[in-house]
Amino acid sequence: MAQRLDYLKESASQTAGPYVHIGCMPNFSGISIYGGDLGTTMKTGPVTGQEIKITGVVHDGVGAPVRDAMIELWQADAAGLYPSANEARGNPDPNFTGFGRSPGDPVTGEFVFETVKPGRVPFRDGRLQAPHATLWIVARGINIGLHTRLYFEDETEANSEDPILTRIEHQSRVPTLLAKKTGEAQYRFDIHLQGPKETIFFDM
Amino acid sequence: MSENSTNGGYIARDWTRQPAAYTPGYKTTVKRSPQAALLSFPTTLSEETSPVFGHGIIGELDNDLIHNFAKPGESAIGPRIIVYGRVLDETGRPVPGALLEFWQANAGGRYRHAKEGYIAPLDPNFGGCGRMITDENGSYEFRTIQPGPYPWPNGMNDWRPAHIHFSIFGHGFAQRLITQMYFEGDPLIPLCPIARVLNDQRAIDDLTAPLDMNRTVPMDARAYKFDIVLRGRRQTYFENRKEGL
Ligand SMILES: [Fe+2]
Repeated sequence: MAQRLDYLKESASQTAGPYVHIGCMPNFSGISIYGGDLGTTMKTGPVTGQEIKITGVVHDGVGAPVRDAMIELWQADAAGLYPSANEARGNPDPNFTGFGRSPGDPVTGEFVFETVKPGRVPFRDGRLQAPHATLWIVARGINIGLHTRLYFEDETEANSEDPILTRIEHQSRVPTLLAKKTGEAQYRFDIHLQGPKETIFFDM
Repeated sequence: MSENSTNGGYIARDWTRQPAAYTPGYKTTVKRSPQAALLSFPTTLSEETSPVFGHGIIGELDNDLIHNFAKPGESAIGPRIIVYGRVLDETGRPVPGALLEFWQANAGGRYRHAKEGYIAPLDPNFGGCGRMITDENGSYEFRTIQPGPYPWPNGMNDWRPAHIHFSIFGHGFAQRLITQMYFEGDPLIPLCPIARVLNDQRAIDDLTAPLDMNRTVPMDARAYKFDIVLRGRRQTYFENRKEGL
């Protein structure tokens, strides 16, 4: 027998269940205890950069919209800086939170984020990543939150040199990570949990 | 990115302790589970940063579910309990400033939700949610009533053990976690298809809060301890080699 390593084990995930909004977006659920729901406003004043709107729907394996999901978004500001306590590279936009939360619409399942186009953030080796947002999806029937990334289809050049996008073995699946430009400053990002159009999900 | 001598990326997740996506005993996972393998990459700044939630967002009663939805002078019905614990990372260090959000059914096992169909009554004085930010030692505490077990549509006769849902933000988005706390001694835990998505009994035990008589407030509330472990960062005391792939 050797000595034991003293690491703890990460707590196991359990599904957020059908009532995740009671805990994370109580005002959306009709429970007014807090002033407002976290993540409903990403812009707290005039922001730097291009303001954009992202919409989408999470689909299950039979193509039906998932109406009880909660989607979280985390991204850098227009300069590529994170509004985080451990951002050491500069001062992020003080009027931008970087964090959004959206419930799926109870009828259509659509989620909405009013945000800014993120700037480029370095990869571990210093190369720049293409503009992207981290998305995290939880719902009844999802045992552990699903982590994906939203990139922008109109960032062709940055996408073509992105350290992650270029390392994906099945390049035919890369379009599942690209938000489609549907209008001036409007993007669409549909997520497929399962099946032929299945979105790429990450273990990072 | 500058090479920092104490912070590497996040340690790879131990998937043997985490549930698979496809767990047919919990039927809703069947059509909501990705089939392709997850793509593994080392964490970047995008996963090593996390939103900031200041203590200023926390209201006076946010960690008191007995009173935060009750009419003045009234309180929620049910066994009064205190839930307390620490948020740590895998290296054993406390995680201060972690936002915890929790939600639960009332003492009868009923949620305050439009889609909830269980016949148990609503408690007019119970909303069912609260939140807290850990202190400099990673500690948190809240008061609530013990939730009741409830039946749910899955098998013909499936019941959830009494549980409290937790959502946790650490210092990096890679640590983001939602889980559930169970109560020591509940005979429904080993029967529950959702608890059983975990293959490792130790993982279920680590989600089961023991009764702590030492923290119990006499003539007032029993105490349950629930520690939460988030992913840890790699410690590197030598200068990092550039981490390519
Ligand atoms: Fe529940």
